[in-house]
Amino acid sequence: MKKDFLIYGILLAVVLILYFLAPKPVNFSTTVSYIIIGLIVLSLVFVFIRTINGHFVGRRIVFLFVGIAVVLPFFMKVSQPIRVSPEVQTVYDSVARLKPGSKVLASFDYDPASAPELQPMAESFFRLCLERNLKIIIMGLWPQGPQQAEMALQIALADSLIVKKNLQRGVDYVNLGFQTGNEFVIQRMGADFRTMFSRDTRGIPYDSIPLLRDVRNFSNIDYSFNLSAGYPGTVEWVQVAVDRYGLKMGTGNTGVQATGMYPYLRAGQLKGLLGGLSGAAEFERATGKIGTATFYMLPQSFSHVVVIAFIIIGNAAFFLGEKRKEEKEKEKKQ
Amino acid sequence: MQIFGIWVAAFLTLGIISFLYKDNPWYKVCESIFVGISAGYWFVTLFFDNILGLFWRGITAPDPNYMLLVGATLGVMMLLRLVPSIGWISRWPLAFVVGATAGFYLINYFSSNVMLQVQSTLMPLLGSRFGQPVFSASLYDTIGNIVIAGGTFTGLVYFFFSKEHKGAFGGAARIGIWTIMITFGASFGYTVMSRMSLLIGRMEFIFGDWLGLIR
Repeated sequence: MKKDFLIYGILLAVVLILYFLAPKPVNFSTTVSYIIIGLIVLSLVFVFIRTINGHFVGRRIVFLFVGIAVVLPFFMKVSQPIRVSPEVQTVYDSVARLKPGSKVLASFDYDPASAPELQPMAESFFRLCLERNLKIIIMGLWPQGPQQAEMALQIALADSLIVKKNLQRGVDYVNLGFQTGNEFVIQRMGADFRTMFSRDTRGIPYDSIPLLRDVRNFSNIDYSFNLSAGYPGTVEWVQVAVDRYGLKMGTGNTGVQATGMYPYLRAGQLKGLLGGLSGAAEFERATGKIGTATFYMLPQSFSHVVVIAFIIIGNAAFFLGEKRKEEKEKEKKQ
Repeated sequence: MQIFGIWVAAFLTLGIISFLYKDNPWYKVCESIFVGISAGYWFVTLFFDNILGLFWRGITAPDPNYMLLVGATLGVMMLLRLVPSIGWISRWPLAFVVGATAGFYLINYFSSNVMLQVQSTLMPLLGSRFGQPVFSASLYDTIGNIVIAGGTFTGLVYFFFSKEHKGAFGGAARIGIWTIMITFGASFGYTVMSRMSLLIGRMEFIFGDWLGLIR
């Protein structure tokens, strides 16, 4: 109990020091950054050697290393090359090929929990669409999706190039909000959007919105982009809107989902895929506007290296443990 | 007010992360707040979207949709489970939901996840599209097609248990299990990336929005 209070006390003291006394913002020089990287590598080697010698590390040490690997790169001046993969390039090309005035449907099927991965994709996608004078229709199958869309839209609208265009809500973009019903919403939209979205988020009737005057169903949509974190999401959109109604669709998924989407991409059911944070960073590179995802990629890479290191250390511990068991059994038999 | 919100969010974030050290009252408080708010949020959202938004507005509209009453009746029947003496009535709407959903999914999954996936696996090994000269294929496509065709075939062999996995058949099954393991590995890598992204998002909030250390 005393030990716990001591740890919480230390944590509180560190936080207060950082809040009131630390210089803001903190930036490590390139040399300091490489020294820190070297120290982390040396610590991992030390842990590996200790493991080989039979001193296994506790799970809290693993958490500590992951925490350090995530936090320190925020302050480092180290750049990382990002290569745009074909599936990300396909999303970019699909949007870039659309004529000005084309209608794009963006479905936001995620909540704040998945925002670190999907929000950068949304911001880049909106910025690209608005730069190219495409008309955006926003909706969501998750309750908080349209709110996430609104946040991304405000960031895209604040871009200096887009501000000059003086875009109007209802004319250049519209947010239809959330509709309950999962894949059945998509099914009904195949016949008529009005049956599911009678008003936009401001309460304006569907028929009074200039952007939606000629939009009856999926046949009036030129490209669709789905941001998905689970069910309902990309799978349902592919099954109903793409395969049944022929909607042309690209998608942005959380990393957990991404591998499950590659078969759809390979089969031509999806026109492009942004998989997880790396997909978001690649899309930022493709659009030429570096944003949050690129900033997050350095901590991401560091943490992956630490995870891989601990997989190796864990395997070493496992095999050594097995070997020691065998040796003990042999000793007992003798 | 915004500063207050940031402090509350930081308090809750650190409370949840404190579980990594060990289970503690701070974590319990944060967990209970999260569960309570989530339940309340879903209740309010579904009430305003389903009951008020779809049902009530639908039947009170100038052109009322009385089919909604059928759905509402099934919904009420579902709630009769709470009355033990007539709880059996709840099985009827449940049967309707299970039947309708199974029918809907059967067609969707068969079309999108079976037929089209099988079709996309049937491809020329040399990578060129049908009707084009064989040597127009790129090496990348050719290797990709061979991996997909070979991986699919050997993966299916692994799940064929009517014959003992020995000899050439056993070798194919072994390649199949390696293919499956590589797929799981790729999936695990993406999952790690996904979970790390969430941690990165929270850490950026703590060190950026709250402590102001990140530019």
